[in-house]
Amino acid sequence: MVKLIIDNRPVEVAEGTTILKAARQAGIHIPTLCYFELAGMNFENKPGGCRVCVVEVEGRRNLAPACATDCMEGMVVHTNSARVLNARRTVVELILSDHPNDCLQCEKNGDCELQALAKRLGIKEIPFKGTQSTYKKDCTLSVERDMDKCVMCRRCETMCNKIQSVGALSAINRGFNAVVSPAFEEHLGDSSCVNCGQCVQVCPVGALTLVDNISDVAKALADPTKTVVVQTAPAVRVALGEEFGMEPGTIVTGKLAAALRRLGFNYVFDTDWSADLTIMEEGTELLGRVKKVLNGEKATLPLFTSCCPGWVSFFEKNFPDMLDYPSTAKSPQQMFGAVAKNFFAKKIGIDRKDMVVVSIMPCLAKKSECAREEFAVNGNRDVDFSLTTRELAHMIKQFNLDLNEMPEEDFDSPLGSSTGAAVIFGATGGVMEAALRTAYEIQTGKTLPRLDFTEVRGLDGVKTATVDFNGLGVNVAVCYGLANARAMMEEVRNGNPRGFHFVEVMACPGGCIGGAGQPYHHGNSDIIRKRMEATYREDAGKPIRKSHENPDIVAIYKEYYGEPCGHLSHEQLHTHYYDRSTKVEVK
Amino acid sequence: MANIKISEKNLKTVKEICKSFGNKGGEVINVLHKVQGEFGYLPKEIQEAVAMELNIPVSRVYGIVSFYSFFTMQPKGKYPISVCLGTACYVRGAEKVLDELKRQLKVQVGDTTSDGKFSLNVLRCVGACGLAPVVMIGDKVYGRMTPDKVKDILGEYND
Repeated sequence: MVKLIIDNRPVEVAEGTTILKAARQAGIHIPTLCYFELAGMNFENKPGGCRVCVVEVEGRRNLAPACATDCMEGMVVHTNSARVLNARRTVVELILSDHPNDCLQCEKNGDCELQALAKRLGIKEIPFKGTQSTYKKDCTLSVERDMDKCVMCRRCETMCNKIQSVGALSAINRGFNAVVSPAFEEHLGDSSCVNCGQCVQVCPVGALTLVDNISDVAKALADPTKTVVVQTAPAVRVALGEEFGMEPGTIVTGKLAAALRRLGFNYVFDTDWSADLTIMEEGTELLGRVKKVLNGEKATLPLFTSCCPGWVSFFEKNFPDMLDYPSTAKSPQQMFGAVAKNFFAKKIGIDRKDMVVVSIMPCLAKKSECAREEFAVNGNRDVDFSLTTRELAHMIKQFNLDLNEMPEEDFDSPLGSSTGAAVIFGATGGVMEAALRTAYEIQTGKTLPRLDFTEVRGLDGVKTATVDFNGLGVNVAVCYGLANARAMMEEVRNGNPRGFHFVEVMACPGGCIGGAGQPYHHGNSDIIRKRMEATYREDAGKPIRKSHENPDIVAIYKEYYGEPCGHLSHEQLHTHYYDRSTKVEVK
Repeated sequence: MANIKISEKNLKTVKEICKSFGNKGGEVINVLHKVQGEFGYLPKEIQEAVAMELNIPVSRVYGIVSFYSFFTMQPKGKYPISVCLGTACYVRGAEKVLDELKRQLKVQVGDTTSDGKFSLNVLRCVGACGLAPVVMIGDKVYGRMTPDKVKDILGEYND
């Protein structure tokens, strides 16, 4: 332990603790900007670059960045001396001197950490007049980049490279011209970017934001010739409340359904329903592959999940030799779209062109996923627009509603009922657990003695377990973060030494609950943890907790699809993957 | 992702250099140093090939190339011009000489003339402060430069 004095208060911390953390422990909150941490989730960004957190250490000539300076025995630290306050203000004023002050029109208005910092320091004018950066604006189908607003905190670069191993973004140039960019300052969409959007989730300012589709949806809702159908993903219901001042981890399922109905959607359905459908298809595919191997036939194992479009894009770009590993099952979003525009449109007697399907997702990659050519019929998409949790919150406010005041309502039938297994899709390990509940019972013909597979729960980046299927040991792995997924793919490519049968991958920290379309967590991993707890609470409270027992799922197989992985399922509920890797063309 | 378009010969050269450094990502600066020595500059496709061979993101390679002033994506001219902006040369009017070179060649610092003949760069001190201000063209040193002399020395390279 190390003893030191911070602002005249004695503090005792473990060796290796930074001044920033020691001060927090003592109830002293030094402001930060570039520093970013997801505690317990292996993400820390501390380039020590912005100098907002500088403090005075007695005996040192220069001010020290609190985020990158370890505590030493006997240190005397001042976090609010005149010298420190003056320096901190100057630092922020200098950052603001090269920052557009268009806060009113900025996507990040109200969520911006620089705005909050300027407010906290009481900055009323910017005394420095200097050159302003001017970069070309750029966007993909999911992410918008306005680098004039970049403060070079490099959080996005750390996220893109260390956590996701995507490597689309890097700091380039030097001095005043330094900025974060794809290689050669080309379009992000032409790079290795997979649209996971985590750069947007961690960006403190409005440099990286989402592509806003609210007006597209509002237009569809106002069009009397369109039947507008909405589906909402599992992770949305445990996070949306935060945008309306509710405690993180508040479950708002009923209020969400009510709000969607008041927005004017004709049918308020649930992606949880198609999550149950996904389990039927993916679980059957898993059992099919395992059985083949047991019979001595050839089959590709492990089966990787394919719900996460960031992950799908990632393996298409990085592992073109392994496209036969992931499940061919479409994601719940796309399964829903296919069912809505094929089965449901026919059922209510309208043409698919007169139906607009909107999804509410915790995700930015879903915006790109629904635009994939293979998910459209003659240019008519199965899912027309995908909105994030944040966009939905904006929309509810724009429509003069307050989620707090909504009554509890149910989803519509028949694409609205779901089980606990579908609910947990939102958390890392959830798809795995849901699949195990169903695959176990179908394979063994027995009822599961316990439904909770706690070994695949929690916020560890990689979790493994062996599940006993009546004497057959099924080896499973669960990971989030694409760097973890990359390591897993490389391990499998090198002979799968741990003999995995089934691997779940989610791109975002903690799974979809930590998705890039969720309310900003600003590095507070407790928020992700509380969303996870809420997810499992919702599951535990469901009367039915196994996908294959969802009566509406049973009914649709009886009425329409026949059997999981049958002919019609393959046509509508499964997809194929493309080699999207970089190739060498020798001239 | 966009494909890499590169000649077989250049790809072979890049592969050999990367291999000589064990195809290690950590050697990227050394690799780029050697590759630039070979090609004279680091065009896009060469950087892409280096990234592929070292199995690192091309964004990181470009990040390094754009950070260090030593690395260049511009091909050098047949006659590379370096203007010394070290203290001695600077106080004796090197900037005026540089401005005149820019005007006559119609290029900025770091660029190459459209005919590929001259490239213009600046450096700090060539160890000939007694002759300040100093301009080098290729290996030849021109001392006590003035803007008036620029036309004449460029004229020496009318080949």
